[in-house]
Amino acid sequence: MFYNLVTYIMKETKLGDFEETILLLVGILDKEAYAFKIAEEFEAQTDRAVSIGAVHSTLNRLGDKGFLTSEMGASTAERGGRRKRIYTITASGQRALQESRDFKISLWDQFPSLAGGNLNFNI
Amino acid sequence: MKNDNQHIAPPRLAEKLLLLFLKEDLAEEVLGDLDEKFYSQLDRHSQVKAKRNYWYQVVNYMRPFAFKYFRSKLFNNNGMIKHNFKISYRQMLRNKAYSFINISGLAIGLVVAMLIGLWVQDELAFNKSHSNYETTYQLLRHEKEDGETYTNNALVTAMGTYISTNYPDMVENTVISRARTQNRVIGNGDNKYRQVGHFMQAGAPAMLGLEMIRGTHDGLTDMSSILLSESFAKRLFGDEDPMNKLVKMDAGADLMVTGVYKDIPNNSKFSEGKYFARIEWIIGPDNMNIWENYNVNIYIQLKPNVKPEALNVLINEAFQPNLNDYARSTEMEFFLHPMKDWHLNSEWKDGQPVRSQAMNFVWLYGVIGLFVLVLACINFMNLSTARSEKRAKEVGIRKTLGSLRKQLIAQFYIESFLYSLLAFGLSLLLLFALLPWFNGVSGKEISAPWQSTQFWLLTSGFVVLTSLLSGSYPAFYLSSFKPIKALKGVLTGGKRASIPRKVLVVFQFTISIALIIGTITVNNQIQTAKQRPVGYSPEGMLSIRPASPNLISKRKVIKEELLKTGMAVAVGNSNYPVTSTLGWNPGFTWEGMDPNFTKSFNTISISHGYGDAVGMKFIAGRDFSEELETDNRAIIINRSAMEAMKLENPVGTTVTYNPSWREARTYTIIGVVEDMIKGSPFDQTSLSVMFLDEGFMQWLYIRLNPDVSASQSLPVIEKAFSEVFPEAPFDYTFADDDYNAKFEEEQRISSLAQFFSILAVFISSLGLFGLASYVAEQRTKEIGIRKVLGASVTTLWRLLSKDFALLVLLSCVISIPLSYSVLDGWLQGYAVKTELYWWIFAAGALGGLLITIVTVSFQALKAAVANPVKSLRTE
Repeated sequence: MFYNLVTYIMKETKLGDFEETILLLVGILDKEAYAFKIAEEFEAQTDRAVSIGAVHSTLNRLGDKGFLTSEMGASTAERGGRRKRIYTITASGQRALQESRDFKISLWDQFPSLAGGNLNFNI
Repeated sequence: MKNDNQHIAPPRLAEKLLLLFLKEDLAEEVLGDLDEKFYSQLDRHSQVKAKRNYWYQVVNYMRPFAFKYFRSKLFNNNGMIKHNFKISYRQMLRNKAYSFINISGLAIGLVVAMLIGLWVQDELAFNKSHSNYETTYQLLRHEKEDGETYTNNALVTAMGTYISTNYPDMVENTVISRARTQNRVIGNGDNKYRQVGHFMQAGAPAMLGLEMIRGTHDGLTDMSSILLSESFAKRLFGDEDPMNKLVKMDAGADLMVTGVYKDIPNNSKFSEGKYFARIEWIIGPDNMNIWENYNVNIYIQLKPNVKPEALNVLINEAFQPNLNDYARSTEMEFFLHPMKDWHLNSEWKDGQPVRSQAMNFVWLYGVIGLFVLVLACINFMNLSTARSEKRAKEVGIRKTLGSLRKQLIAQFYIESFLYSLLAFGLSLLLLFALLPWFNGVSGKEISAPWQSTQFWLLTSGFVVLTSLLSGSYPAFYLSSFKPIKALKGVLTGGKRASIPRKVLVVFQFTISIALIIGTITVNNQIQTAKQRPVGYSPEGMLSIRPASPNLISKRKVIKEELLKTGMAVAVGNSNYPVTSTLGWNPGFTWEGMDPNFTKSFNTISISHGYGDAVGMKFIAGRDFSEELETDNRAIIINRSAMEAMKLENPVGTTVTYNPSWREARTYTIIGVVEDMIKGSPFDQTSLSVMFLDEGFMQWLYIRLNPDVSASQSLPVIEKAFSEVFPEAPFDYTFADDDYNAKFEEEQRISSLAQFFSILAVFISSLGLFGLASYVAEQRTKEIGIRKVLGASVTTLWRLLSKDFALLVLLSCVISIPLSYSVLDGWLQGYAVKTELYWWIFAAGALGGLLITIVTVSFQALKAAVANPVKSLRTE
């Protein structure tokens, strides 16, 4: 019973804000999507510092949720000849991104100023 | 990326730290990423900053997902764990006999440990149910007599009164209590019972913290009030409301029920009494300030934070001027004894507290319980490890198929956990079944601890510990096998591997043999005391304490009536029962007395006919005679008294008796009787003096006609008794029952010791049986080859049994001196004691050896008579 509960919790497929950003970055970086690069890109795009560990942990979680797959890629000299793990978005990852975008757009569509109505926060 | 930076490497220490905790399969990618980060930092910042950043990155990798010891959540262990359980379960079913031995052995050990643990806990919690446990004290006295210091609880009423009036700032509450337990008849109409009760001052209910169901702690304010325990109130009144009803005490006065309290738990000093009444009511309100008569106990409840030593000093000084000559001559000294020590720390020798007999038993049983438990655990471990070696092949195959060492370890642990859990379940069932019996034997009222968190924590902790201990050897040793070796069957255990097992067998049998020897000795000790000449004839003798105020006036009538029936051959009275040593007095002098003689005498008053009724045996002189008026100035002494007084011709000697409470009188010794065992049969008999004084009679002794059966004579005697004393119940006891009750405590030790040793021996032989079967199985092929080459069954049997017999012989060598010294110490506590005969030790050793041979032979013979073709054909 306990086990079922744990799997139930683990199977959770909601996409958090940070997760969504990382997922998008994986898509942007494409063949260069490995932890270090993603972290660099995150810092460059958002101007916010992030540790590689934090990114790696999120990538790992996204993998658990089935949004990413990964495989070991090529090695380079500056890595001391070590290979990197390249992440790729899965179909369900794509779908999750799509849903998230659609949801936000639908929210924006209902937003008064965009819809041309009056802003009225005194409801 | 500039080349000139390549000679600078990331900080080594940080890298090491990372590798320390990081999952191995992540190492490559993570190290690569961090290197890349480091060099990109170097391009833009200083070396220090880059290094600092590397550290920062490493620290940020300390996340659950990256840790070695965190299992990946998605990794499905469920199947594996299920599999482990299934394999363990199948193993258990496959080796039914072995599993049974292993589980039942541990369960028995556990249940013994639980029973003993509960018993010890009950002993340690003695008196704790009283709410003023911490602040209540009993006043005791040391006194010197004959160069020795004795400790006594009998005091005078005036001391209690003095303390309660003079130290109001230190003392919260003082209660004077009648010293002797009072066994009175309490009646509600015709519904009357003889029942022990407490006679105390009005503050008692508050001091003892009685839990009142009806009424309040002030219930004893009125002189003729009585508080009943819940169960006793129920017996007397049934479902009626007892409040403000009248009960009759000893068919005399009426007392009003002013309260009902919850029964005092069995492990309290005050649990025996079932009611509380006022002491003033029986000794008279005018007698509460007497300095002469040592007949009460005094309990004192101090105010919080008052040191008892401070009061000790004050009262010793204050009492001094009031003490009588006797008290001064014995250098009486008073001290407060705290309630927490009443039960287990109440023995003194020469004025110093010594380890009490009760405490000894707590230790003794505690140690036995621990030993039995350890025996059972050893068995469990021994058998588990022995069996697990058989599974080396399984380990080999598992490893070949890719099993990780961790998984093997988990499997063995799960297995041992399963076994100990089953044993635990079984032991709980046994506990449930055995507790009523155990309570009966040990004289306790322990309830099952199902509600106690402490119990569950302790036992489950123990189960986990046992499974860890017994699982560790197979878990770590077997899982370390190289698969090739394990599969080829080359096990380099050799001789060394069996040494721990041998040590454990020796340990088990040392304890078992010592317990056998101990049990025999305890039994011998009881027999020694039982075989002592009693000095009178308890058989065929009734003893009654008639609950009637008219006993003294009607004593002649009852005697005549009883003798007239022809069912009684002798009738007599005394002031104290023949089965106790009540009544102690100093103050005897005689001609030629050693001036240093200070011993007290056990003094009782008896009537005409007492000697015949009790069956005293005269060795010189005669009994009191009704014809001789001068006999009220005569005394009868016993043999011990005669010897202590160093009288050559005791009969005719004049003795002066000067009790401090009346003027001295002279008496003539007219007879000497054999010593009578009145007190503990394990003590030397006391020096006793008997007076002819029919004024204080309380007890009635009737010698039955030996030619008539008791079933015939009792109804006739009862009829005669009821005609003379219609107000009193005919609640007689047989004197031989009373006498046998004196052995109760030792009998209890004996039966418990027997029980424990039988279990210990049983557990040990279970273990031996398991080991023998294991060894026989291991040597199947060897035995087969020997047989083919012509070895006889006897030779093989000897071959297999010899090893174990040697181990048990070694145990004998260790256990004999060990048990000798322990038992010798135990017997030192008795004045009357058995000897430690050599045959007891021989019996213990022989018993141990016999058990071994029988246990081992079963397996050895089975292996020896087996057809060698079968054993050689395997594989």
